[in-house]
Amino acid sequence: MMNMFIPPEYEVVRNADLCIGCRVCERQCANEVHKYDKDLGKMIADSTKCVNCHRCVCMCPTHALKIVKSDDTYKLNYNWPVRAMNEVYRQAATGGVLLSSMGNPTENPIYFNKILVNASQVTNPPIDPLREPMETTVYLGKKDVEIKRDAQGRLKDTLPPQLRLTTPIMFSAMSYGSISYNAHESLARAAEELGIFYNTGEGGLHTDFYKYGKNTIVQVASGRFGVHEQYLKTAAAIEIKMGQGAKPGIGGHLPGMKISDDVSKTRMIPKGVDAISPAPHHDIYSIEDLRQLIYSLKEATAYTKPVIVKVAAVHNVAAIASGIARSGADIIAIDGFRGGTGAAPTRIRDNVGIPVELALAQVDERLRQEGIRDSVSIVVGGSIHSSSDVVKAIALGADACYIATAAVMALGCHLCRSCHAGKCNWGIATQRPDLVKRLNPDMGKERLVNLVHAWTHEIQEMMGGMGINSIEALRGNRLMLRGVGLNETELRILGIKHAGE
Amino acid sequence: MKRIYVNEEWCLGCHLCEYECMFANSGLDEMFKLKGRTNEFIPRIKVEGEDGNDIHFAVNCRHCTNAICVKSCIAGALSKDGEGVVRIDRDKCVGCFTCVLVCPFGAIMPAPDGKAAQKCALCTDNIMGEPNCVKHCPNNAIVFEER
Ligand code: SF4
Ligand code: SF4
Ligand code: SF4
Ligand code: SF4
Repeated sequence: MMNMFIPPEYEVVRNADLCIGCRVCERQCANEVHKYDKDLGKMIADSTKCVNCHRCVCMCPTHALKIVKSDDTYKLNYNWPVRAMNEVYRQAATGGVLLSSMGNPTENPIYFNKILVNASQVTNPPIDPLREPMETTVYLGKKDVEIKRDAQGRLKDTLPPQLRLTTPIMFSAMSYGSISYNAHESLARAAEELGIFYNTGEGGLHTDFYKYGKNTIVQVASGRFGVHEQYLKTAAAIEIKMGQGAKPGIGGHLPGMKISDDVSKTRMIPKGVDAISPAPHHDIYSIEDLRQLIYSLKEATAYTKPVIVKVAAVHNVAAIASGIARSGADIIAIDGFRGGTGAAPTRIRDNVGIPVELALAQVDERLRQEGIRDSVSIVVGGSIHSSSDVVKAIALGADACYIATAAVMALGCHLCRSCHAGKCNWGIATQRPDLVKRLNPDMGKERLVNLVHAWTHEIQEMMGGMGINSIEALRGNRLMLRGVGLNETELRILGIKHAGE
Repeated sequence: MKRIYVNEEWCLGCHLCEYECMFANSGLDEMFKLKGRTNEFIPRIKVEGEDGNDIHFAVNCRHCTNAICVKSCIAGALSKDGEGVVRIDRDKCVGCFTCVLVCPFGAIMPAPDGKAAQKCALCTDNIMGEPNCVKHCPNNAIVFEER
């Protein structure tokens, strides 16, 4: 039986006047869209194979290429948009669960865009960050310690271990396996140069990267891939992954195709066999169980490293966070429903979880009410688009932000959302050596460092405008925020006033 | 002197450098004007490694310290300038191609008209001024630096 043809959503358009037939596009497209046709004596393209990653567009020396939204359409139907129809056709043909990657692209509200930031006028003057000190350093960890004195009455240092960040931005978890060796190296080296942290995700830590240990957060996830004593001891902090914003409530699935020799060694699993992380940690069914794991990890590392617990933003996240804060965790990471992923079932990615802005506001509020806000730091992620999102997140109560989508974009990602196919033309979400090679870590590191520097400058500008000279003074400072176009309930949940109030 | 060095580890075999070289030496003001005319030019940089190979690297003139091409030229057409760049004087070249035979890198070749040899002069002999191949290499697989 022949499968029903599904017209491509995007079309590759070549300007014949500009194309010089260099075949660079053909060599650079791992999806084999472009080809030089001998009979016609010119380049042709098969748009049905195109994933719209823009590699060819960026590489074409004469800018002869563009990718356009196809105007081929079914009968227009508000109730049955093309995407919904095509998904039915696809499932009718395969009988399978639809897979997607990167973050939720649907039209749910982006609250960061409906929040505006204040600036000083007349009464408390703004500060010029180029002339006056502007502190962006942040320490993550427990701050609520008992003050103890020795026999001589001198203060004893009872502060639990902290992570010191030069700027309130970290690279969030992306595993070696889901991303390439070169992507990993770029992140690790950038984190080292910037004085921040990157996160191994659940894929273990390649021995080549142990040297970046003091800027590495290692993850312990439900699959426990690559977790061993040295792994824990090498890191600056340990993150227990309970959930991920892109796919709350489900585990992970790394296709066997991506399990190369090195990935298999690093993860301590067989080569070429799919790596499944279960949905739950099979030893965690309560906050008490979580506490046990937290203290096992602390014990294993002699109480020298902070432990982060990462959860997806879900409906009762505030209560969950309260439990986590009491379980001994030093840092809570909250991942919003727009967070990225290397692969997730489409329905889960697009329909499960809540916006991180709302989750953050509620968690911060709840922990304050319960008087335990200082016993944890809060890190949020899940589509932080820019420095202004960082500023807004901090004013809503976060200590720092996790970025991953923006980070891979700095490495070249064009959000084609086909990571799960393993043929990333930018050398990021792939293990194919010829593709991995396309990401030179010297360049990748440089671009990540540039991005974070640029954001840090902007954060300083915005803080200066508000007359604030340290991140500390911005944290939880919701008076600096106003909502636009938000209803009473949304404003109440965010804990901010409407613009004009 | 600043030379072009190859980081073969990062070469993708994309051949962009060859086209950028062709353009730089074509005298054209827009690259797309190479359309239909690419056979009129021969790039002075050559990417080694067939499509599909694991290894690629781009080779052009090394501007050797004791350039064997300069020594072997029967017409005195090849010389090393004050900067160390090996240059060819088209007007002196008699087209014997002894240099083509002796260059260990295959970096000097007959020009498209077949009447003289041609070689890379690090884009100092065209309007680019700095190696155009290096400027457009997407992965820093060739770099222009002092070592
Ligand atoms: S890369 Fe551009 S100029 Fe080269 S063949 Fe493709 S479309 Fe034509
Ligand atoms: S898949 Fe990427 S490289 Fe290939 S044609 Fe489409 S946009 Fe170009
Ligand atoms: S442009 Fe760079 S990567 Fe491409 S073939 Fe030339 S040297 Fe290699
Ligand atoms: S043409 Fe060949 S021999 Fe002459 S300087 Fe260049 S690399 Fe050396």
